[in-house]
Amino acid sequence: MTITATGAKRRVRSAQHPERGRSRWRRRDTWAAYGFISPWIIGFLVFTAGPMIASFVLSFTNYDGIGASHSVGFANYRHLFQDPAVAKSLMNTLIFAVMRVPLSMAVALLLAMLLLRVGRASGFFRTIFYLPVMTPSVAVGILFLLLFNGNVGLINHVLGLVGLHGPAWTTDSAWIKPGLVLTSLWSVGSTVIIYLAALKNVPKDLYEAAELDGVGRWNSFRHVTFPQISGTLFFTLIVNTIASLQTFTEAYTAFFGSSNSQTYSNDAALFYVVYLFQQAFQYTHMGYASALAWLLFLVVLVITVIQAKVSKRFVYYEGDER
Amino acid sequence: MTQLSVPPAQGAQADGGGLLPASDDPGQPPRRRRTDPRGTAGPVGRTVRIIGLIAVSVIFLYPFLWLISASFKPTQDVFDNALIPHVWQLHNYVEVWKAVPLLTWVGNSVVVTLAAAVTVTVSSAIVAFGFAYFRFPGRNVLFALVIGTMMLPSVVTMVPQYLIWNWMHLASSQVPLWAPNLFGSAFYIFLLRQFFLGLPRELFEAARVDGANYWKMFWRIAAPLCRPALIVTFIFEVQASWTDLVKPLIYLRDPKLYTVPRGLKAVLDQFGDGGEMRWEIVCAASVIVTVPMIIAFFVCQRHFTEGIATTGNKG
Repeated sequence: MTITATGAKRRVRSAQHPERGRSRWRRRDTWAAYGFISPWIIGFLVFTAGPMIASFVLSFTNYDGIGASHSVGFANYRHLFQDPAVAKSLMNTLIFAVMRVPLSMAVALLLAMLLLRVGRASGFFRTIFYLPVMTPSVAVGILFLLLFNGNVGLINHVLGLVGLHGPAWTTDSAWIKPGLVLTSLWSVGSTVIIYLAALKNVPKDLYEAAELDGVGRWNSFRHVTFPQISGTLFFTLIVNTIASLQTFTEAYTAFFGSSNSQTYSNDAALFYVVYLFQQAFQYTHMGYASALAWLLFLVVLVITVIQAKVSKRFVYYEGDER
Repeated sequence: MTQLSVPPAQGAQADGGGLLPASDDPGQPPRRRRTDPRGTAGPVGRTVRIIGLIAVSVIFLYPFLWLISASFKPTQDVFDNALIPHVWQLHNYVEVWKAVPLLTWVGNSVVVTLAAAVTVTVSSAIVAFGFAYFRFPGRNVLFALVIGTMMLPSVVTMVPQYLIWNWMHLASSQVPLWAPNLFGSAFYIFLLRQFFLGLPRELFEAARVDGANYWKMFWRIAAPLCRPALIVTFIFEVQASWTDLVKPLIYLRDPKLYTVPRGLKAVLDQFGDGGEMRWEIVCAASVIVTVPMIIAFFVCQRHFTEGIATTGNKG
């Protein structure tokens, strides 16, 4: 950008008619620009692009972290399909994500809508909802073990008060994932805050127009609120799904890693990244772990693309003709 | 709009790279007249909402209270679900203090967290300014790459990153926990770029007339004006770094180097299920490592939640 041109300087078109002085400026600009973004470029090459290539190469070897690595062709990838733990952990992860993502989005939206019209008190409640987010996931995993304990835990105690007999959340294979999903709802605060910001951004005149037209509450939500925040919903859907597919800490804390985890661990909590972590750093099957990582990448990519395609029908962008 | 990566690139093309805000980014509805956050709900509606919120707050807070209460109970009473312990056993805290180096862990976490948050805030801001202010060949491709890396599962690069640190003989140190943050992080670059795009370009033109160089424009003008976004970035990273277990599990071998989450996991393995079954010790350790953060959060919550809310509003 130049200091000489005034009116046209913000136009794209002006760049197509470069003057002499202008192009000199622009070359300096380019150098400066690359100077500013150089940290990211270096980081991208060293910590992302390089490792991606390395990971891809490793996935065709039997590297164990110490000795020499030997090429094993597609053996790691073939093994993915024979290893029962892969199918098990992938299934666990998908079930967890399918339960967690919609539920957490619904709860977050409900809380955000509750927060929307309460005036000054909103800040206080926001803080409370955010506290669990600031709590280390390890502590959340510990609380899961304590509160969801089937015999003596608080959750079943409360269920007992209303005459329900709660399941063995932490030991019964059928109930471990639902228990972890419920636990994860505790940390829904960050999504609540994102939704709250989106809801506050919905233009008030749209509600007024809806009211003038005699539209009821539900229809006003469906036809005004929902389209207006659909972009945000889409964003959190993608982000929460990707995060859920990589869930690790709570499950690992509660069920893995202790000295006698072999007997104690429950494979209903064997999530994909937990298994990958074990393969990479406990058994140092780094080649196989790399193949596992690429399979997860593929799964994430496919699910994201499907979500994007399906969401396209529901996401509304102002000025977008669709 | 088929992918997350599309809207910013399109927006950037459309405005030709000036500091004009892109209007069609995901998650940010176009800016118009906002609804008044206070109001509309009548006194009855408001009361109903407040009662609902109090009920939910109890659910959110009760686990903390339960934990604090259990940490003062004798072993056999931990699960009695009484909020006030029948017998107060303060000795639990002494015992956990003697058994494990809790203070060292908290100190380690503070150092690592501060290093991670400071480095990522500064580096991401620099990079974001580069993407927001300048127009240069390859910009849109590079920015699409930034967005692309947000979708890459971290496990894909986890093993080779470990090998890199191992090769540098730093694989058993705390350095890998924060050093990658020197190079910025995609999510924060995206967030901060949005903010920088919102600044009127005339500010920079004026500064340039006054002879400011690019660094001054960034450091003296852009960065101070975007303080709320920088604070949000900082706090997000504090949260991420403070609670992370994965990297400490991979890199920290020596218990003296443990961060809080890694240390707490060690306490759980020693005293919890499969260990000595002394849950009151686990609870005491959990209280010691979570409560200071909660207090700190309450003290600076104004910056925090309001900053995040503002970030959501910026187009």
